[in-house]
Amino acid sequence: MGVVTLTIDNKEVKAKEEMTVLEAAQSAGIDIPTLCHHEKLEPYTACRLCMVEVESRGRVKLDTACSSPVKENMVVRTKTEDIIKIRRTLLELMLSHAPDSRELQALVKEYGADKDRFEKEASFCIHCGLCVRYCAEVKKKSAVGFINSGVRREISFVPEIASKECWNCKECFELCPTEALQTAYLFTVAQISDSPSFELESEK
Amino acid sequence: MDNDRIDQIIDKHQGEASSLIQVLLEIQRENSWLPKEILERVSEKLQVSLAQIQHTATFYKAFRLVPKGRHEIHICNGTSCHVRGAQGVIDTVQDLIGIRPGQTDLDSKFTLETCNCLGRCALGPVIEIEGKTHSKMSPAEAKDVIKKYE
Ligand code: SF4
Ligand code: FES
Repeated sequence: MGVVTLTIDNKEVKAKEEMTVLEAAQSAGIDIPTLCHHEKLEPYTACRLCMVEVESRGRVKLDTACSSPVKENMVVRTKTEDIIKIRRTLLELMLSHAPDSRELQALVKEYGADKDRFEKEASFCIHCGLCVRYCAEVKKKSAVGFINSGVRREISFVPEIASKECWNCKECFELCPTEALQTAYLFTVAQISDSPSFELESEK
Repeated sequence: MDNDRIDQIIDKHQGEASSLIQVLLEIQRENSWLPKEILERVSEKLQVSLAQIQHTATFYKAFRLVPKGRHEIHICNGTSCHVRGAQGVIDTVQDLIGIRPGQTDLDSKFTLETCNCLGRCALGPVIEIEGKTHSKMSPAEAKDVIKKYE
């Protein structure tokens, strides 16, 4: 396995060549905020919060640290003024969707974002896809998925699968950075438990 | 549509998961909509999760997950019809039959759709019901036309 040397925030970092910039930074104790990242899952680049400035072969660009592979001699800057500004805006937008999320509130504070910049439009889910991907990639059940597109996109449980699998798992609950997932689950239970043929796994 | 026919369509695409959209389109062409039982069969045969199929089928407006009504109403809201007052016609029809574009009423009598140009710009606002075109519609005239359908 090859080892590459790169610079992150002026610090020389050695990383395995199959690592991402995020992993390399973490291994060197450099903090990059993430919301949609999870070690067990493929990169998804939904939240864009891990955005960093990458200089490689003389070219500077912005990229998501959770998905960019490390390269020899790469120069990464994680806390430039531009990047902080981008993160602030992202946080402000996400907070308007999930105003009660503790995780977001903490990040908003840390980055000095303006929590009242955008009108609250609580839809709760920030589309990080953690629940959907965890269920598909780790549990291989796909009991929850996205439906619709654009502004109407939301998560939705597949009742037939959820009624069999979810009660005894619920591992996705703690992954959700907002409360959207639990609400959606309770809603599904309420809807399907109305039908006479429904029998919750727990009640058997 | 029976399972044999579904399987036939899937086999035509070598059972490739990447042909999901084509398979769904072909099934819908014959069956006019995509009931859950069909999606379950497709999921099993193509080895694509039901959640993923739901995602795809709700992502594209071309897919229909509720049955069509007996009469399909298309109201043109393309640029010409729009400036000639199509929105008023749409609002009136919505109020009359109680559904919004993309929906089917509970009696399965009407399905309402809007579209963006039926190619009859000089005659707008245009409504098409079951292939018959009604032109230069005012909201009141549209009401009269639709009331004739049983
Ligand atoms: S419900 Fe939660 S975990 Fe699932 S996509 Fe939305 S924010 Fe992410
Ligand atoms: S953690 Fe990289 S985009 Fe979300």
